[in-house]
Formats: sequence, structure tokens, C-alpha cells
Amino acid sequence: MTIKQLSIFLENKTGRINEVTKILGRHGISMQAFSMAETTEFGILRLIVADVDKAVEILRAENFAVMLTDVICIKCSNEAGALATILEHLAEKDVFIEYMYAFSEGNTASVVIRPTDVERCVEVLQHCQCSLLNIG
Amino acid sequence: MIWNPNKECMSRDEMHALQSKRLQKLVTYVYHNVPFYRNKMQQMDIAPEDINTIDDITKLPFTTKQDLRDNYPYGLQAAPASEIVRVHASSGTTGNPTIVGYTRKDLAVWSEVMTRCLTAYGVTRDDTFSVSYGYGLFTGGLGAHYGVENLGATVVPTSTGNTEKHIRLIRDLKISGIACTPSYALYLAESLEKMGLTKDDIGLRIGAFGAEPWTENMRKEIEERLGLKGYNIYGLSEIMGPGVSYECSEQNGSHICEDHFYPEIINPDTLEQLPYGEQGELVFTTLTKEGMPLLRYRTKDLCTLMDGQCACGRTAVRMSRIVGRSDDMLIIRGINVFPSQVESVILEMPEFEPQYMLIVDRENNLDTLQVQVEVRRDFFSDDIGRMLQMKKGLADRLKSVLSIGVDVRLMEPNSIERSQGKGRHVIDKRVLK
Repeated sequence: MTIKQLSIFLENKTGRINEVTKILGRHGISMQAFSMAETTEFGILRLIVADVDKAVEILRAENFAVMLTDVICIKCSNEAGALATILEHLAEKDVFIEYMYAFSEGNTASVVIRPTDVERCVEVLQHCQCSLLNIG
Repeated sequence: MIWNPNKECMSRDEMHALQSKRLQKLVTYVYHNVPFYRNKMQQMDIAPEDINTIDDITKLPFTTKQDLRDNYPYGLQAAPASEIVRVHASSGTTGNPTIVGYTRKDLAVWSEVMTRCLTAYGVTRDDTFSVSYGYGLFTGGLGAHYGVENLGATVVPTSTGNTEKHIRLIRDLKISGIACTPSYALYLAESLEKMGLTKDDIGLRIGAFGAEPWTENMRKEIEERLGLKGYNIYGLSEIMGPGVSYECSEQNGSHICEDHFYPEIINPDTLEQLPYGEQGELVFTTLTKEGMPLLRYRTKDLCTLMDGQCACGRTAVRMSRIVGRSDDMLIIRGINVFPSQVESVILEMPEFEPQYMLIVDRENNLDTLQVQVEVRRDFFSDDIGRMLQMKKGLADRLKSVLSIGVDVRLMEPNSIERSQGKGRHVIDKRVLK
């Protein structure tokens, strides 16, 4: 019930993110989620795409440092307090979250979570009947 | 002012005779006490008896930094361990530092030559003098320190760091002289201005600057901003430390303490001795050293030697400013750094590709060293904390090897230019105007 996220190491240079998106666009790979973690000198671009294997292959061919990371994508309703309920469950069961990012559209919201212990997180979420996305 | 006119103003004939006598004694001494030199001389079919005057020095073998490393730690030491009272060390290119042992007499000679320098700059026993070279294995701090004491001035061993406190001491103790790197002098000027003070609030009048290359323009700027007169001082730990040569009031080259350190200029390719006035690699023979005497040590510093009496009255040969190096050594904040040192650290760490670039720059008058290195794909992590740890791991390791702080930059794979043949690994952006 996990999905594969692309993590790409980028130096902080103007236009570098654009190069990644251009390459993916040229190969017809669409992005479903996108987040950028950064320090003063480098960043890690995190992407959820439809065709993971192909994306890795073409980015590596272009010399990018790419790796795959298991993350969990939850679908929940786009209403006040919905995320709080889910996070409450995770906290109760001691699931530590390294990072997360989220986006919403219409009535639904998607939350990408990178927990320290992926299996345990999936277990807790299934137990509280969250809907987990399974793509890629 | 001249501390030791007998030696500093000796006639050339007398100096020639003194150097000849000392060289003969030195060659006999190392032949019998240092197997390295005995073997070399035997291979070249020379015996101590073949050396009669200082001009015979060209018959003798050279010594290189590599020889010092190969004989680490005490292989070139001539005096028995019981006679050694202190050691200093300078950085080596691939891990082994260069160890130099001093006997009590060596330290006395060092103080003497340092005192000659300080006296030439106009320092007297009435001065209070701040030594702001690093104290420790580096020869700068302790070398200058004992020179000031020997002269009878008051020494304030400020070492490096805590610039604000230093400026307060300069003001409150009425410090009139300072020994430091020229880049630290500029940093000091800047800190002074930041504290809302000017050169009129302090009473510095003499600066002894060395341990890194500097220019006439830097001299003017330092003199202007600190309100002092700046003099060049030259030295290297293999030969002694600071005090090997010094500028006089004429500031037309630095007088070499020739009665202790015999200078030659050679063509670094053919190793032939060159006449005065021609530029080449500076070579020193330590005429009086007991602990670790060296024959014809190749400094890799490029300069010219000038003879002829100086208007100051000294007769000692002068050396020009160092115009460059015959190897790839960098001098960063007064510390010798070889790109190969960085390389060997990077090669030891599997996280990084063996590609690197050193960017040397000068920010706020302080040298900076940035090391750009590519992270191996297998070691790249989605966890920022881990990436930062990897960076810190390399920075810490480099700091312990180089003795200076390094700004590590993690780079994308294949982003550092691959050069053909002998890699160009350094970009030095410091413009010495």
C-alpha cells in the first residue's frame, strides 16, 4: 500500500528544477505531486509520477542523482479537521513522520507521508480505515 | 637599528669565510649522524673532505619535502633525542606531517634571528608587542614570541581568534607592534572599524607580516587602516620558522640571516644554481642547525636573490618577494595546503566520487576554502539530515588534516568538470592587487 516517490538531489542553481520538469515533460511523464526540501546549498526534489521506472531511467541518463523512496499517500476529505484525525491516530501509535506534503482539490485532499517505519504506518492507517492510494 | 652588526654587516669576504667554515662542519656532522645524507653522499661519491668552501655546496645533494615525509618522523634528525627540547610540525601532503626537532642551541639561534628582524623593524625593549600568529605546532606563534622576549620588549601572546578582545588589549595595553598574517591585519582593521574605532584610538606603529603571499597594495591598505608601518617577514618551519629573512627600513627585499641559512637560487627543472638577479627556486642550507640540519632544502618558493650593500648598512643578501611556487601548494590563512591532501581524504570516503574542486577566495580579507565534491549515487539519501551529516563528516575530516576550516559543497553527479591528464583542481579567486 505504499507508493514510490522519486527523490532527486539538486544543487541550488537557478533553472535546475526547470530542467527536471522539462525532461519529464519531453518524455510525456506527468507529475502528480511535487515538493522541494532545501538547505542553503542543496535541495531534494520529491516527486510522485505515473511512470516511476521510466522517470528514473531517463533522469539517471541525464546524470541526475535519483533514488526511490517508499511513501504513503492518503486520500481524505477536504474538510476542516480531517488531517488532524489521521495524524492523531499516528501519534497515538508512535508513528514518527520524517516529512509530509499535501494538496487538495475539490472535495478530496491527498497527503504524502514519509514515516520512519513505513509498515507500521500502513498498518495503523488501514486499521482506522483511511483510504490509501496505490499507484506507480 | 641593527641588533647584531657583527653578523648583519659583515664584509662579504668574512661572510664567505664564515659560511665556508660552517658548511664544512655541517657536512661532517650530517655525514656522521644522518644515514640519509651519508647514503646520498656515498652514492654521489662525495666525502666531507671534498667540501672546502661554501662554493663547493653545489656538489651536495638536495633535500625535498618528500624526503622529510619519507623519513617521518625523526629520520633526518641529527641530534640525539636527549638533546631535542622542542618539536614543531607542518602539514604534509598525504597525511604525514613534517616534524622538526630543535635543540636548545637551535632555539637560541631562532630567537637571535627573530630579534634581528624585530630590531630592523624598529621594535625596542620599550615596546609592547602582540604575537597573533597561531601558537602551537605552527612555528609562527612561538617563534615570534621568543624573539620578542629575547629583545626585551613585552610580549602579549594573543594568538588567533577573539578579535574584539584583541583590539581592546591593543588599545588598553598600548600595544605598539604586532606580528600576524597580512590577511589577519586587514581583518583586524575591519573589526576595528566595526567597533566604531579608528587607527587614532590605538597606537600600533609596527607590523611584522608574513606566512602568506602579499603585495605592495595590501601593504598600503594595512598601513593606512591600522596606522602602522608594515614589514615583510619570511620563514619556513623546515629551515627554522619565522626569522629566516626580514625587511629593513629600505624595504627593498628581505635580508637573509646568511650566517645561519645559506641561500641559493636554482632552476627547478635543471637543478642548476643560478646567479644573483635571476629568478628561480629558493634553496636553503641550515649552516648552524643541530636538531634537523638540512642540506640544500628546496623551498619551492620562486624569487630572486640580490647582493650588494643596502643603504641600511647591512651586507646580507636580500631575497625578493615570493612570486609563486614551483609546485601546487596553496597558502590559505597562512597554512600550507596541498590539493593532494584533500584528494587523499576524499579517496578514503566511499560516499564521494574522486572528483573535486577547490575554490579559494578572500572574503572580508580572510581566505576561504570551499571544497566541491560529488556525492556517489548509491550514497545519496532522501533524508536531508543524513546528507548534512555526510557533508559534516567530510568537513570535520578535512579540518583535522588541513588545520583550517573548510566549506564543503555537495555537488550533483558529473557536475565537476573532468579534466584530461593532470587534473586542474584549484580555482584561486584571490586577486592580489
